[in-house]
Order: sequence, then structure tokens, then C-alpha cells
Amino acid sequence: MVVVVTTVASFEIENTGYLDASGRPTRPLPAFADDRDELVSLYRAMVLTRTFDAKAVALQRTGRLGTYPACLGQEAVAVGLGAAMSPEDVLLPYAREQGAQFLRGVTPTELFLYWGGDERGSDFSGPREDFPICVPVASQVPHAVGVALAFQLRGEPRVAVCVSGDGGTSKGDFYEALNVAGAWRLPAVFVVTNNQWAISVPRSAQTAAATLAQKAVAAGFAGEQVDGNDVIAVRDVVGRALARARGGAGPHLVEAITYRLSDHTTADNASRYRDDESVGRHWREDPIARLRAYLTAAHGWTKDDEEATLASCAKDVERAVEEYLATPPQPPEAVFDYMYERLPADLRGQRTAATEARAAAVPSDDG
Amino acid sequence: MMAEQDGLTMVQALNAALARAMSEDARVLVLGEDVGVDGGVFRVTEGLLDRFGADRVRDTPLAESAIAGLSIGVAAQGFRPVAEMQFMGFIYSAVDQLVSHASRLRWRTRGRLTCPLVVRAPYGGGIRAIEHHSESTEAMFAHVPGLRVVIPSSPARAYGLLLAAIHDPDPVLFLEPKRIYRAGREDVPDSGAAAPLDSCFQLRDGDDLTLVTWGAMIVETLAAAEQLAAEGVTADVLDVATLSPLDMTTILRSVEKTGRCVIVHEAALTGGFGAEIAARLAEHGLLSLRAPVKRVTGYDTVMPLPRLEHLYMPSTERVLAAAREVLAFS
Repeated sequence: MVVVVTTVASFEIENTGYLDASGRPTRPLPAFADDRDELVSLYRAMVLTRTFDAKAVALQRTGRLGTYPACLGQEAVAVGLGAAMSPEDVLLPYAREQGAQFLRGVTPTELFLYWGGDERGSDFSGPREDFPICVPVASQVPHAVGVALAFQLRGEPRVAVCVSGDGGTSKGDFYEALNVAGAWRLPAVFVVTNNQWAISVPRSAQTAAATLAQKAVAAGFAGEQVDGNDVIAVRDVVGRALARARGGAGPHLVEAITYRLSDHTTADNASRYRDDESVGRHWREDPIARLRAYLTAAHGWTKDDEEATLASCAKDVERAVEEYLATPPQPPEAVFDYMYERLPADLRGQRTAATEARAAAVPSDDG
Repeated sequence: MMAEQDGLTMVQALNAALARAMSEDARVLVLGEDVGVDGGVFRVTEGLLDRFGADRVRDTPLAESAIAGLSIGVAAQGFRPVAEMQFMGFIYSAVDQLVSHASRLRWRTRGRLTCPLVVRAPYGGGIRAIEHHSESTEAMFAHVPGLRVVIPSSPARAYGLLLAAIHDPDPVLFLEPKRIYRAGREDVPDSGAAAPLDSCFQLRDGDDLTLVTWGAMIVETLAAAEQLAAEGVTADVLDVATLSPLDMTTILRSVEKTGRCVIVHEAALTGGFGAEIAARLAEHGLLSLRAPVKRVTGYDTVMPLPRLEHLYMPSTERVLAAAREVLAFS
């Protein structure tokens, strides 16, 4: 008797990168990289993000901001995907997508407000339909499915872009959401920022899967890896995934491989679980230095250009700090006023009590 | 007056409300497991697929957190999803979505994004269902600020309250007492009229006692009130209907009149929603009370399988015994 074994499914995971760690192209670059202004805008967005990030950590250390999750070393992921998106798309971030949020019109002031403990920081003046930062890990991924369903039902050429981390791919919500997106062929792009660490747990301990990108395969659509420290590659790969989704080809997953150079948050101490030497090694992959080297070699980026960029980003962030610190807290009734469209009768007494207690405690609050 | 078989069961009334809402508002979607071709395991969504199409009546993959989470996403985009959890016993994998997101999306974004979502779930015991199909955990959800918890207790109220829940701009958990899904019929005109949320319904008027309940326990509570009336004792029977936000005004007004109160619910005693009502009576109605408040509830045990579930569910006799104890107190 002959036993016939048939392969009924198989998959491959590609990995795309254009610049090596020193900024030298390893293959022909995508067409948009011929445009110096385009690359400069990506570069500036990364520098702005890092400037904001450093300032946020400094504000936290000096008691003027709450716990903050730095994105040091991961700027190319957020900036690349943010630059690839169209304004009418919707971003559903985790928490380290500052670079994408800024490109979409979220202001540094708003993010300072949010991490400074003020809900108004999630009332984005720019991208009104973008979702707020999502602290419960991967719980935003099903929301992206719903947003994409809305686009599909209305026949709109828009895409929901959802970002989660390597740890997030272990969550049920992540699998459930990918599964629905695949079953309904929804216009959604899932970006997994694989920064190697879920607080103290390394990627190697998170899953036995060879890649996180292959998790899309089980949901019936393609996943691929990209060098997450190569902003040109991120912009390119996410851009192509968006174009396909926009054209009705369904969802896609992009695993962006990067490294979290910072602590998990300002409340974390990464030296408890990893050594400086390995972090130092990853500094050689720095996405900002990499693009700067390419800009210098290919597009005549000068020391003056560099200094002007640093100064302009520093100025933007300083202005945001001033705005943030000068923003008075919300009035006490703000605790109640966004619970429901109309405050239920049962809460009116609590609102009155809270407002009166506050007025009695701080009679001179308004000067 | 219509003959009894001419009225609608609660299942039919809910179906009529869904059809009405879908025909009036193209933003209304129905989502869940088996809600399409099968019409829902209790047939609440029967016929909706044929009438409104597969875009608006969607069978989802079998994943409760995804159902809740994607409903939040599509609601934030301006749709009005009505998501079905097949049984309340399966809702727990969606709790993170309901607690961390649905209840607070408006609040977190200062009103920029909202969540006009209805999550329907059949709940409660008494139909000899298999394990995990019979619990009543409404109090868990009533504890969550921002989440309305609504429970109908008759076909007409089911129709009006479901329409109100769909019209409401904020998330509503709509718990359907499946023991009375088909237990009685009622004339339910398809008027499109919503019933008031956040309001008790007064089902009987009396002077001597206030009986407070909701959901399927309406049956035993009304039977007890009937028996008491035959003995010359009259009771207010209040159907709370919206547990959160609570209409305490109506309950307090009744207790000011009667001075005596029994609260009846199928859920377990400890931390049950009766505790909240009793606490508020102590805070705001103590001087009206002429007897301690009594609660008639399920026990602090696991809901038994069908052979013993009748022992768990509060009976008319238990309601009567509590009522007599409260009435005898002086």
C-alpha cells in the first residue's frame, strides 16, 4: 500500500530592508526615496519624535509628567507607517506610535497632556477619527476590525491601521481580530512592532513561532517582516499593504523588527533583565543615524541641515511643553460630563456634590 | 382585546423591535453567532437576514471578545451595532472590551468618539439548559460606570426597551430573561415607540409593601402579590428594568408610602444588585422603613444543573415568606 502525503498549505515569510545599519543601500530603493524632500520629512519626523521622547522622560523625572513609555530606537516604525497612511485612514495605536500620531496631526501638546494625566490629550484636534492610545495590550485590535468593517460597508477606499507589540501577539484579542479580518476580507493593516521585549520577557520566550508575521497565515492572509529600523523599508512595505487593502485585497500583517533601547516605561528599570552590552549593540542599528548617513551620502545632507532640523524640532517641543504646563486642569464637573451623552438623573446628585465639595475646598481656584 | 395567542412572545417582540430599528435606521447592524441563516439560537433575529441582507445581519466567527471589540470599532464609526452574545455565560471573554472600552470611549476622548452599541444576551435559569447557560450576573455589569444595564420583563417592555437601547447614544447591555422568552403573550403594537430607560415600571399598586424585582422574577413576584391581595394585603410591584443607572426615586417614593420592602432577584445574594438597592434604602429611606429590608435571591453557590436548579431559583413561596416576615415586623 502506498501512502500518499499531499501538502495542502505552505507559506513563506519575506523580510524587506533597503539600508544596512550604516545607511548603505543593499538593493535599489523604492521610487519615493529619490525625492529628497520626502526623505527629509521622514528624517525630521523621527528627530521630532526622539526630541519629544527625551523631553517627556525629562518631564517625568522632574515630576511634571506621569509614567511615560519611551519609543527610543523605534522611531522608524511609527514614522514609516504614519507617512504611508492617507489622512482619511484611521490609526489605532498602542502607545509607542508617537511618530505616526504627529504625522497624522496629533500635537505634542496633546500627547504631553495625555501622559500628564489629562483626558483632553485624547481629544485629538487633528485626526478626529483616530483611536486614542490603548493601554490594555492588544484590546485595540478588534476595534480596527470594526473600523475596517465600517469602511467596507460604506464602500470607502480607507484602511484601518492597527499597531500592537510583540507581546500583544500572544493575546486572544489579537488572534480573534485577525481571524475576523481575514474571514471578512476587511481593509485593515496590522503592524506588529517587534521591539524584542514585553517589559522583561524577551521575544524568544513569548512564542515558539519563527516569526510573528506568520500569525497572519493562520487567519488566511499574508504577513511579512520589515526592517523596522529602516524607515524607507517601513514606509515602502506598509505603503504597499495599504494600497492592496484599499483596493479590496483584504488585510495584511507587517512585523517590523526593531529594538526598544529605552526602559519599558519610566517606571521600569531594564537593567534588571538585560545588560548594557546588548543594548549598546542595538544602538548601532539606530534608525535616525542610518537615514542621516544615507541622506548625507546620497542627498547632500549637511551639518547646517542637521543643526537646523534639531533646532526646529527642539523649538516645537519646547512650545508644546509650555502649552502643556500652562493648560489648567479641567473643572470638577469634567469627571461626569463625558460619561454619557446626557447625564442620567441618578448621577446628577453625585456631580453636584463633587462640584460643591471642590468649590468649598478650593474657594480661590479661579483667582 | 386580543385573544392570548394573538399577542407576541418576548422573542417575537424583540424580533419586531430589531426589524423596526433596522428599517428606520440604515446604521443599525445585527451581529453575532448564528444570527443570520439560523435566526439566532432563540430565533430573536429570525427573518432579518432575508429582509436586510448579509451586510447588515452578520454571522460572526465564534469569538465573543472580537464581537464586542469590532462592534465598538464600527460604533465609533457611526454605525449602531446590536451584537448578540449567544448566552450570558459566554460574555465573560468580552468583559475586557465592555469594561475597558465600550463603557468609556466617550469619556476617554472627551466625546470625540462614542459607542452607541447594544449587546444583547439571553440570561438566567429555569429552562433546563446545560452547564454555563443559566447564570444571572447582571450586578457585575451594573457596577461598571458608563454601561447601561437593561432587563425587560414582558413582551411589550422588551419591544420598547430594545428600541430605546438602540436609539441610545451610549452602550447598553440588554439582558433577556430567557425563561419568559415564550412564557406569555402580550399585545405589542409595532408602533416604533421606545419605552423609557432609567425608569422603573410600576406593575401593581398597593399600600402595605413594596416588592422590587426585574427580569423573569417578575413572575414569582406578581404571583406573590396576587396571593397577598387575596389575603387583603396590597403591594407595589416595581420592575426596575434599568439597573444602571438606577431609578431610585421611584423605589424611595414607594417605600415612603409602604414602609416595607422585599427585593427579589435570581442572582446570588452577595454583591447582587439587591444589595445596592438595600444600601440606598438605608442611606436615603431609613426613616420611612418600618421593617428591615429583605432580599429573596439565589444562593451564594454555583447555579445548579437542571435537576436542582428549581431549588436555587427563588420561588413564589420564598417571596411570600419574606413578605410575611416583613409585614409581621413591628
